[in-house]
Amino acid sequence: MKIDLILFFLLAGIAVVTSILVITRRNAIISAVFLVLNFFALAGLYLLLNAQFISVVQIIVYAGAIMVLFLFVLMLLRTDNESPILSDKRPLKYFAILISVFVFVQIAYLLFAGKPSRNITPDEAASINSGTIQAIGKELYTNYIIPFEVAGFLLLAATIGALVLAKKKFE
Amino acid sequence: MPSTINEYFQLMPFLIIGIGIILSVVIEISSKSSKEILPWFSIILFFATALYSITNISEHAVLFGGMVEVGGKPAIFNFIFNLGAMLVVMSSIGYLKKYGTYFGEYYILIQSSVLGMMVMAGSKDILMIFLGLELMSICFYVLAGINRNKLGANEAAMKYFLLGSFTTGFIVYGIALIYGTTGTTSIQNLIDNFGEYSSNIIFVTGLILFLIGFSFKIAAVPFHMWVPDVYQGSATTVTGLMSTTGKTAAFSVLIIMLTSIFTLNSANIFKPYFSAIAVLSMFFGSIVAISQNNLKRMLAYSSISHAGYMAVGLAAANSYSISGIIFYLAAYAFMNIGAFSVISIIEGENDSRTDINVYAGLNSKNPVLAAFMALFMFALAGIPPMAGFFGKYYVFVGAIESNLTWLAILGVISSMISVYFYLRVIVFMYFKDAEENFEIEVAPYSLSSVVISGVLVLMFGLFPDMLLRLITAVVSL
Repeated sequence: MKIDLILFFLLAGIAVVTSILVITRRNAIISAVFLVLNFFALAGLYLLLNAQFISVVQIIVYAGAIMVLFLFVLMLLRTDNESPILSDKRPLKYFAILISVFVFVQIAYLLFAGKPSRNITPDEAASINSGTIQAIGKELYTNYIIPFEVAGFLLLAATIGALVLAKKKFE
Repeated sequence: MPSTINEYFQLMPFLIIGIGIILSVVIEISSKSSKEILPWFSIILFFATALYSITNISEHAVLFGGMVEVGGKPAIFNFIFNLGAMLVVMSSIGYLKKYGTYFGEYYILIQSSVLGMMVMAGSKDILMIFLGLELMSICFYVLAGINRNKLGANEAAMKYFLLGSFTTGFIVYGIALIYGTTGTTSIQNLIDNFGEYSSNIIFVTGLILFLIGFSFKIAAVPFHMWVPDVYQGSATTVTGLMSTTGKTAAFSVLIIMLTSIFTLNSANIFKPYFSAIAVLSMFFGSIVAISQNNLKRMLAYSSISHAGYMAVGLAAANSYSISGIIFYLAAYAFMNIGAFSVISIIEGENDSRTDINVYAGLNSKNPVLAAFMALFMFALAGIPPMAGFFGKYYVFVGAIESNLTWLAILGVISSMISVYFYLRVIVFMYFKDAEENFEIEVAPYSLSSVVISGVLVLMFGLFPDMLLRLITAVVSL
């Protein structure tokens, strides 16, 4: 058996098991930690698909920044009365399941009937190159220079907005 | 492909505002007298951009490998955004003094939000639409709650932020589905292959999610729940900005996304959707506004019904109705900003005096303000020869052109209902005696904002050809 196949099954197994653990734990903080583990497994899967950049971003942004934020919020809020999904009796649960199934069907449809991006080709070498940081930087500073600059202004506006709302002295 | 330096020069409107934002931040940090400089700096920026856009309307080009569009329709939208923002800044100078504070960030955020709107109106790529929308919305969330001491403003900001983020989720989901089925985010590609894509159910689902998200942004029923509270709670000048330019930006995106339907005569598969939200918004807005006593809340419901009239044009989807919508947006922007400027002048400290009773006997206190308020109310009601009439007229003609006569008739009925609550304000101002005495402090800049809006509303009403000719020349580009 090839090594990448073994790695795939290992990582996919971790991803499936941890995502089940996320929704069955009683303690929300433990769920969040399992979600971090799930993100690491996903990052590994991206790496197997030669998407180095996405893999790194997955770890830095999702597992790092966003989940730390989640954990902070969960630790600040009291979440004693959460019940795990299997013993939850609220009708809202069925609505949540319905939406999950709906999203799953859509993703499955897109997986089998969707078109790949024009930048992705069946040629393996080209697809490896399109995922490197060098290639992404080149795209970002040529074809996507305007969105890149607008994103910069977006961050500036968000920073100023946060300053306005968090200013201690309201003069 | 590498872009040439010439392309950057064509981006002039974006450059003016973008460089202006950075300079404003520097001024705010470094200068002690930024209080005097920043408002005027913003006014000059907006005026320069508006002037540049309207004079370079014929220089239509798509730049940076199909990312941004300049000239043509975006130029007209840029004109509305910048002139509107200029008038809002002018009335803000006097208004913000009522809070007893100075917010330098207020002007920077207004500039950023205008940049976001310009990006939305000029986008040729869904990525740009999303970035522009977020830039605009994030500034609005903060601007809505800029007066942190006031409970209503906090409520408005919180509601707007939560519901707005939720809507963003819809839009991103829609974009993901569109990208998943087409493999590209280029709008030109969507336009060229619309017939082929529209047979794909997932693509249509994505587009509907996208439209639902923007129906929220234009404040159409049934996605209107946030509007009254947010418009009432926010600072009056900010409400003036959100309800006019923000709505214009959202409509510009709807027009961009549905261009293929408008220009290539593809079947309008969204006709039932837009007809439904048009009828609901028109009637809901007009009927609920009747029972409102707070003027800001009343204008919020009127804004919902105006979104309905404009949605009639989207249901009709021919080049008449699209020029009609753009004309309507321009007219609506200036009459609403004018009305909100008058409200911001009358308003007392801590957002008191926004009830309709306050306007009783305004004519004897300040005949100039009363006259302009009456002008804006007539214009909003759509009484000729004010600009509002021609906006509705062109949209309804477009609807009849597309065999949607029933929709046009319902629109006329709804605007007849709406005349009641607009004229009620005029009756209060002219035929009732003042109940309470208070000093109206008219700041000169605020008054000039009212006068400029009034002149524009009259000009668009008396010579509608002038603007309409500009619009019809570029609408098919």
